[in-house]
Amino acid sequence: MSVRVQSEAFDAGAELNVFTLAQSGAGAVVSFSGIVRNNATGDLVAMEIEHYPAMTEQALETCRAEAVDRWLLTGALIIHRYGRLVPGDTIMMVATAAPHRADAFAASEFLMDYLKSRAPFWKKEHSGSGEAWVDARGEDEDALARWDEPKL
Amino acid sequence: MIDVVYFAWVRERIGLPKERLDTSAATARDLVEELKMRDENYAAAFADLSAIRVAIDQELAEFDTSLASAREVAFFPPMTGG
Repeated sequence: MSVRVQSEAFDAGAELNVFTLAQSGAGAVVSFSGIVRNNATGDLVAMEIEHYPAMTEQALETCRAEAVDRWLLTGALIIHRYGRLVPGDTIMMVATAAPHRADAFAASEFLMDYLKSRAPFWKKEHSGSGEAWVDARGEDEDALARWDEPKL
Repeated sequence: MIDVVYFAWVRERIGLPKERLDTSAATARDLVEELKMRDENYAAAFADLSAIRVAIDQELAEFDTSLASAREVAFFPPMTGG
């Protein structure tokens, strides 16, 4: 399965091995993992990920399909968690496989940019100073917009 | 009848995750105006529409998208996954 939304922890290394073994014709595999990092004051207790269950898988699948459409890939994988996570936990991973590395790198970056601004997930930080929703960053929207520019 | 769902701080400000409404709103923007009239929680949640995103039948949409034949409208803050 190329898109998964789950509350359970997963082993990004094991997932990458399974993904890689399934890629015939690939000469390059790129993967990215998002990890819960501590906050500036080092008192993050937990990161709570809320999502829109009815929409999430379809949004991720749309994202994956768009990447497959834009680059020559042999496969693309997205796993995203929801629920309560703690610093050090893996929130999500993407992996892309392609005959050549440029496509695999570009598609991975695209998937990450797309996920940040188009997939229905929200993060709330629980820390020593209380709880607060994480604001979307303008840079994330800008990062996605660059893919709309005509390719040179 | 239409299902309206809320997420993250929009849900918290309004005080509920989901409701079923009888509305004649033609667009998501009209629906927002209707909701804002209800009470101060809705007014607070929708005070700044630039901080809100909308999905119609689980697809991202614009506030001026028609609600004709829509079954579910969702309001939420900009996404912050990954």
